[in-house]
Amino acid sequence: MQSPRGLILRRRASNLVSKALGVAATLFGLSWLFWILVVTLINGARALSPRIFTEITPPPGADGGLANALVGSAVMSVLGVLIGAPLGIAAGTYLAEFAERRPVWRETIRFVNDILLSAPSIVLGLFVYTIVVRQIGHFSGLAGALALGLIVLPVVVRTTDETLRLVPNMMREAALSLGIPRWKVTVQVLYRAALPGILTGVLLGLARITGETAPLLFTALNNQFWSSNLNGPTASVPVVIFQFAMSPYDAWHSLAWAGAFVVTMVVLALSVGARAFLLKNRMDSNA
Amino acid sequence: MTVYSAASSAVGVEAAGARDRSAAESRQDSLFRWALAGSATLVLVVLGSAALSMLWGGRLAFQTFGWHFIVSDEWDAVGRHFGAFVPIYGTLVSSAIAMLIAVPVSFGIALFLTEIAPNWLQAPIAAAIELLAGIPSIIYGMWGLFSFVPFMSDHVLPWINDHLGPLPWIGVLFRGPPLGIGMLTAGIVLGIMVIPFISSVMRDVFRTVPASLKESAYALGSTTWEVVWKVVLPYTRSAVVGGIFLGLGRALGETMAVTFVLGNAHQLSASLLMPGNSIAATIANEFTEADSDIYLSSLIALGFLLFVVTLIVLAIARLMLSNLARREGR
Repeated sequence: MQSPRGLILRRRASNLVSKALGVAATLFGLSWLFWILVVTLINGARALSPRIFTEITPPPGADGGLANALVGSAVMSVLGVLIGAPLGIAAGTYLAEFAERRPVWRETIRFVNDILLSAPSIVLGLFVYTIVVRQIGHFSGLAGALALGLIVLPVVVRTTDETLRLVPNMMREAALSLGIPRWKVTVQVLYRAALPGILTGVLLGLARITGETAPLLFTALNNQFWSSNLNGPTASVPVVIFQFAMSPYDAWHSLAWAGAFVVTMVVLALSVGARAFLLKNRMDSNA
Repeated sequence: MTVYSAASSAVGVEAAGARDRSAAESRQDSLFRWALAGSATLVLVVLGSAALSMLWGGRLAFQTFGWHFIVSDEWDAVGRHFGAFVPIYGTLVSSAIAMLIAVPVSFGIALFLTEIAPNWLQAPIAAAIELLAGIPSIIYGMWGLFSFVPFMSDHVLPWINDHLGPLPWIGVLFRGPPLGIGMLTAGIVLGIMVIPFISSVMRDVFRTVPASLKESAYALGSTTWEVVWKVVLPYTRSAVVGGIFLGLGRALGETMAVTFVLGNAHQLSASLLMPGNSIAATIANEFTEADSDIYLSSLIALGFLLFVVTLIVLAIARLMLSNLARREGR
């Protein structure tokens, strides 16, 4: 039997220690964020120059920029969103609005979509490689866009599904009681109400594929030169970063840092912007 | 009479028009519904055909090597013999190190965000931790290679060699040249990458604990720690495990960051300081070099193994998480 005083002291001590560890864990997590951002920003700012945006990727030992990779990345990301977002919005709408009579089927699709959401992106790249690249016999920017589209798809499905479920039932009932067909109710009433949420999902999907590297290695590969042919190997910033950072040349390292800077800025701006956009719209509708 | 018939025929025309229109609209409705249902089915098709296509692509390797593909540690591109034990081992060990770091830290962050931090600090800190998840993995890789690896080899690894190396039993894990790249570094980077996923799930489920439960425990004189450890954690146990599995699924499939810091060495070594390989890093590094069918097929077979393992882990995670959602009545 121990004295009540000792017991109380011990409980207080363990309480204090646990709180201190909680604070320490948070500082630990934040310090990594700080370290990574500072290293990327300092090295990137040092390597940044107007040439990055005007010249193409150089051979070893020469100077150059990232223009072809930036264009390739932008085109493939936009195409990826154009492939993934419409399909995702349609599938999310089905789950939220049209599947009430098939709950098992609906929950199965939701479950599989959640798994797809966190499935390794390298696997989706291999999948597109086996069904597209291997069949047509060459690497292709379009195949890269398809792989990116498959990454956007589950993000948009999830956000569309969740946003549509938040739309009040009164809106559906009011529109249907006027005799409006369901597809018009969906497109003209529900989508209008859910637009901020759906757009946020699309932006988050875009943020996710902008820095994506692994699936592009097997689909779009890389291209050192300007290429207007999307059906051939296409350069992208992340793949160029991978190739240049792993090389022994200082000029290439510096370009890789410049690329890392641009990618980080774009991705952070997209994801912060998407969340701020959603927050603002929520506050407006609450007011 | 004529007026009446004209009126009635007008009504008839209008009724026929309305019938036509409602028929057209119901056609459009069912067309719309089928298009949406097709898109939803596509989600299932993608997952299923991804698994099947990789099984098909890897069939040559599975047929040639059989179960030796999983247990053999010989990876010989010239002799065309491929055994995947080294990458499988590397994936499992680096993920295990990642979870050893990420689980306690994530718990600490969730504890801080739900019980310790003042209200005004919660949202900004949570947003900052989530930014960690937004940083692309290639950035983790570059930072790891140029910043974290030198830090490890200059400051951390010599200390580990001197202090943990001589220990009996576990010492062998911590002896080796301080190269910087290797299993331990990769595990730490992976741990940092999955912290935001695990901590945000933990924070969300901690918030679902009914206030009355916590208040009862406080009323009996519990400390904050006792409330968290004896009330909150038991109440949310299955969802917390789900969150941990979600992080594990991420760690297993993470590619680029690991590729940068793991060293791409097909050798088995007891030491965590030695370079190794993982499934995803092997595929990323060697895919464009694969010069024979059996080489390519072995890499795709590796992808299939990775896919199956992550699917199982993620499925467990979702089941554990949905248990809590159901209890919440959501």
